[in-house]
Amino acid sequence: MENRGRAKRDASSRKTSSGNGQFDRRTLLRAGALAAGMAGMGAGIARAAESIGADAPDWMKTPGRSFSTYGMPSHWQEKVQRTVAFLPGRPGTGTSRTPLHLLEGTITPNGLHFERHHNGVPDIDPSRHELVIHGLVKRPLAFSIETLMRYPMESQIHFVECSGNSGSFNQPEPQQATAGGLNGLLSCSEWSGVRLATLLQEAEPAREAKWVVAEGADAAAMSRSVPLEKCLDDAMIALYQNGEAIRPEQGYPMRLLLPGFEGNMNVKWLRRLKVMDQPVNARDETSHYTELMPGGKARQYMFLQGVKSAIIKPSFGMNMKGPGFYEVSGLAWSGAGRVSKVEVSSDAGKSWTPASLAAPVLSKALTRFRLAWQWDGRPVTLMSRATDEKGEVQPTRAAWVSQYSPVQFYHFNGIQGCRIEADGTVKHVYV
Amino acid sequence: MSMFRFGILFPATALCLIASVGQAQAQHPNLGRPLTDDEVRKLDITVAPDGNGLPAGSGSVSAGAKVYAEKCQSCHGAKGQGGPMDQLTGGIGTLASAKPVKTPVSYWPSATTIFDYVRRAMPLQSPESLTDDEVYAVTAYLLSIDKVVPEDAVLDAKSLSQVKMPNRDGFVRWWPVPKR
Repeated sequence: MENRGRAKRDASSRKTSSGNGQFDRRTLLRAGALAAGMAGMGAGIARAAESIGADAPDWMKTPGRSFSTYGMPSHWQEKVQRTVAFLPGRPGTGTSRTPLHLLEGTITPNGLHFERHHNGVPDIDPSRHELVIHGLVKRPLAFSIETLMRYPMESQIHFVECSGNSGSFNQPEPQQATAGGLNGLLSCSEWSGVRLATLLQEAEPAREAKWVVAEGADAAAMSRSVPLEKCLDDAMIALYQNGEAIRPEQGYPMRLLLPGFEGNMNVKWLRRLKVMDQPVNARDETSHYTELMPGGKARQYMFLQGVKSAIIKPSFGMNMKGPGFYEVSGLAWSGAGRVSKVEVSSDAGKSWTPASLAAPVLSKALTRFRLAWQWDGRPVTLMSRATDEKGEVQPTRAAWVSQYSPVQFYHFNGIQGCRIEADGTVKHVYV
Repeated sequence: MSMFRFGILFPATALCLIASVGQAQAQHPNLGRPLTDDEVRKLDITVAPDGNGLPAGSGSVSAGAKVYAEKCQSCHGAKGQGGPMDQLTGGIGTLASAKPVKTPVSYWPSATTIFDYVRRAMPLQSPESLTDDEVYAVTAYLLSIDKVVPEDAVLDAKSLSQVKMPNRDGFVRWWPVPKR
C-alpha cells in the first residue's frame, strides 16, 4: 500500500485482509476534510477581457425550463428503470425488479418499487372500494377510504421483499446479473396509514379467532392467511407510500403492510379481511412460498424474511477503474428487527471487517452499510455477512441450499459474493 | 380494547378494565359501517380446508371434462399435463426425488384450495366467470385424472371437503415459529 501517512492511525480503524487491499471505515471523513481544504484555491484568476460565459456550460447561459406539476427524474437518468419479466402472452403475470445497483441510500423511489402481480394492476375507483372486516368478529364492518382517512395515522419505514427474491441462488452456477437482477425483488418505503389493530379492535374478534385471511381486489383476488397475532401487532393498512397516495402497482388505494413478513402476504388492493380460527391453505401458501425439503416434506407458513445482506457496489456490471480507492457499500435487512452488524470479507471468509451502518438503522427496514477500501489491483472476492438484533447470522449459501430440495428457491438469505479480476471485471460468484 | 382478554381477569380487575375500556372506546373513531349478513355473504368467497365456505351446487367429472376442454386446456394442456402454463396433474410420488414435480394434485394438501383458487382467479382472461357448478365439475375432473376421485365422482360441499389429497400430510407448519 502506498498510504504511508496512514500507518500512524489507530489500528482499530483499519484492517487488512490477506493482501487484497485495505479496508478502512474512516477514509471518507478524511477525504471530506481534504476536499474542504482545497476549496477556493482557484479564486483570483484574471479575466479582464472576456465575460465569464466563455468558460461556462450552456445551461448557465440561458434560462432553464419552467415548473412542472409532477416532477420526473432527469432525462440523463433514463436508464434507471425496473427490469420487467412476465409470462409469454400474459403481460400481467410476472415481476419487475428494483434496479438496486443504480440507486443509493435505503428508500426506493415510488416509480421503482419492485412489482409482483398475479393478473395485472387493477384500476380501482377509490369511491367504490371498501375494506371489509368480517368472520369471527362481533361486529362486521366496512371502511371506505374517506372513513379511513379520519383515523389516527402512523408512518413506518419498512422493506418489502418478495419471498422469491434471490431465487436464482438455488441454481448450480451463479447467474451473471446485476445486483438488481439478483436481489431487486426488494424495496423500502415510508408507509403511512392506519394501524390494523385499531380497526380489528372495533370489530371485536371472537375468543377463538387465530388467523385473518386477507384478500385483494385484483383479477386474481390474491389471498393469504395471516396470524391474528401479527394483525394486532405492527400490521398497517397503508394508504401512503413515501408521502403520496400508494401507487397502483403497490395496491392503490390500500395495501396490507406486515413489516418483516414475506412480500406476498402484504396483500395489495386490499378489500377483505376474514377473521378465522384456521389458515386456509390458499394457493399462494401451498403451491407457492412453501419450502420443499429433501425428504419430500415442506415447511409451510414461513413468514419472516431472514437476516440478509448483499454488496451492491461493486457488483456484476460495475467494472473497476484500476487500483485505488473504492467505497464498498450494500444493503442489509432482517424481518425480525434491526440489523446489528454487517461484516465484509476479502479472503473467502477467513477474516471479517465490520462495515459502518448508515443511520438511521431501523427495525425491518433496509440498512445501508459502507466500508472504505483501497484495492491493490489483485484479484479478490468480496462477501458480506449480516447479523440482526436477535443474534441471527446470515448463513452460507451452501448451508442454506443443503436444507432444501433442489427446486426450492423461496426465502434465500445466504451469503453472496462478487469476484473482482485483475482487469477490473466484476463477476457474481458463489463463496 | 381486547374483549377476548376478559376471560382471564379477576372480577375486580375486570371492573377497572371496563372503565379503561370505556375510555379506549371513546378514543376509537368507531367509524366503520356495520355490514349486514347479506352483504357479507356476497363478498365472502373464502373456502377453508374443512369445507367451511363451500357453496351449494355440484359437478361431475364428465361435466368438468367439458368445462376443461373449453376453458382451461389451451393454457394447461390436455389432461392438465401443462403447457404453456402450469402443469396441473401428475407428479405424485416425486416430491422426495431430485426432480420433484409440484402440481395441485401431487403437492397441494387440500382439494378445497383447487376450488377456492379456480373460482376466484381462473380462467386468467375472465376470472370469476365460472358458475359454482362448473368449478365443482372442473375440480372433480382434475382430481379424476390421477384417480384421486373415481371417474364417476360428483363433487359438492360435503364430498369435496372429504377428498384425501396424496400430499395431505406433507406440510410442516412453521407458525408459530419453532423455538430453537
